[in-house]
Amino acid sequence: MAYNCVVLIKQVPDTKRITGQAMNEDGTVNRAALPAIFNPEDLNALEMALQIKDTCGGKVTAVAMGLPAASDVLREALFRGADDAVLVTDRRCAASDTLATSYILSCAVKKLKADIVLCGRQAIDGDTAQVGPQLAEKLGITQITYVEEIKELKDDEISVKRNTGNGWQQVKTKLPVLLTVIDEANTPRVAGAKMLMKNKKARTPAELEGDAGKIKELEQKGLLIKQWDLDFLEADMQWCGRDGSPTKVHRIQSVVLAAKGTKQIEATQDGLNDMIHELIVDHTIG
Amino acid sequence: MIKVNKKGEVWVFAEQHRGKLEDTSLELLSRGSILAKQLGVKFAAVLLGDNNVKPLCDKLIHFGADKVYLAQHPLLEHYQTNSYNKVIYDLIHKYEPQIVLFGATPTGRDLAPRLASAVKAGLTADCTDLQIGSHEIKKTGEKYDNLLMQIRPAFGGNIIATIINYDRWPQMATVREGVMPMPEANGTRKGEIINETVHINQLDLPIEIIAEHIQAKKVNLKASRVIVAGGAGVGSKDNFKLVYDLANCLGGAPGATRAAVDLGFIDRDHQIGQTGTTVRPSLYIAVGISGAIQHQSGMSDSQKIIAINNDPDAPIFNVAHYKIVGDLNAIIPMMIKAIKEKV
Repeated sequence: MAYNCVVLIKQVPDTKRITGQAMNEDGTVNRAALPAIFNPEDLNALEMALQIKDTCGGKVTAVAMGLPAASDVLREALFRGADDAVLVTDRRCAASDTLATSYILSCAVKKLKADIVLCGRQAIDGDTAQVGPQLAEKLGITQITYVEEIKELKDDEISVKRNTGNGWQQVKTKLPVLLTVIDEANTPRVAGAKMLMKNKKARTPAELEGDAGKIKELEQKGLLIKQWDLDFLEADMQWCGRDGSPTKVHRIQSVVLAAKGTKQIEATQDGLNDMIHELIVDHTIG
Repeated sequence: MIKVNKKGEVWVFAEQHRGKLEDTSLELLSRGSILAKQLGVKFAAVLLGDNNVKPLCDKLIHFGADKVYLAQHPLLEHYQTNSYNKVIYDLIHKYEPQIVLFGATPTGRDLAPRLASAVKAGLTADCTDLQIGSHEIKKTGEKYDNLLMQIRPAFGGNIIATIINYDRWPQMATVREGVMPMPEANGTRKGEIINETVHINQLDLPIEIIAEHIQAKKVNLKASRVIVAGGAGVGSKDNFKLVYDLANCLGGAPGATRAAVDLGFIDRDHQIGQTGTTVRPSLYIAVGISGAIQHQSGMSDSQKIIAINNDPDAPIFNVAHYKIVGDLNAIIPMMIKAIKEKV
């Protein structure tokens, strides 16, 4: 039986590789200096979907919500083997928290009629792990989080192994289902040369800046990446963007690494003896 | 969502598996009771399980709960997203609490977002601190008092965000394991136990648990007074023996950075930082750790920090109380000698 898989992917700043160049002089982060990347665990989700297609047949559609620049990760998904890609972009999506984001994504996923929805456990910019379960609730389907392996997929039943933090669980459920995938699940494949050649000119309408001629040309060649806005999704605006977001930011502080009375100890036996003595006297050890 | 209800209680989801409460739930009881006192409302734990969990109510009360809402049903024996979601959803609409807190355990992170979405309320993940405060919208001058300030690191630990939710309640948050102190039990505390009738059936259990395996954690970093942690700078798995030796002679536990774990020096149970365990021991000794912010966010609350590194400019020294520049292969044996002679 072939399955229709939808993978949610996100373009994120590479928060794991903050180098000196990305730091401002006051110790804060210069976000503009960080490269934008494919959220790592979303690559594991994409790989899991591609493996389902390899084994059972079917289709893999990648969906990203974001600015037009997020077209990059959709192209990347096509290079790696996705059959179709959709960019959800609209100015009115701005300031969406996880609840509003999951509502908007649910409108898009409903149009795709997925058997299996996959996403990474969490994105490295927010690390919330909330959008997956919230999207499952909005779609009214079963969720299985922290998935590390699909054990069996047969007809409308799926069995997976999930990480429970202090061990694992093997669980079974009926489709449709939403899986959130962890990085231990697999090693994502790299872009295939054939897919790269085929899709390197694929663009979203936003990237073509509305040039009707070019849009038509790419559409005829099958290289136009789908782009959906909130009107197309028939989204209810009260659940989108700032209005749809119950959580608000009260304050943002940059973490400035401050020295707090550091005492230099000589790397000699005497220096270390004195330090240990101090720690015993103040009851830190002993 | 429920309306803003200033008389609403403060709730903690009391997570239990096989009749044992999670440490994070107990940790939350201390902060939850403080928040409730500040707001002048009752503090309640919400306990779900099969018909054997009732004895846990006393423990929850001894650790700080004024009340326990007890939902018992044979189908609640094992945690499942849908069944637990349904029971707590009903309780929220019945009692309209103003704050609902969860531990940021894999279970809490599975349940809380599903529930927040169903209730259409806000949720903040992985908080490291919770306070009561006020918020003013500058444009309109509207002021909101006595809000839950949900404080969490974001952006890979490089910023600290304070999140609020002033109009669509309850205010919900998950709280990281190990960031709040474990309260002391008071065996004489009295509280109220409220038995709830549960309306669920087999259809609320769409998942079948086929097999399960529980691995006891090899190390309990959160409970250790002394932690000796090694980073990539330790150099090799063999060299990591020095980290174990130093930890042993101090009665402490060995820890590691993500880099050291990724290099295979030690297994993942020992990882400290943004993606590992958050610790706050009396003494933290950082060996060959450069001090990436992701690591610092998991250990910078330690009472005393000793850092040993051969790079005098390593960022770890910015948070260290004792800075030792040099070769760890020479320094650690000298430290062990000093400790053995003095202690």
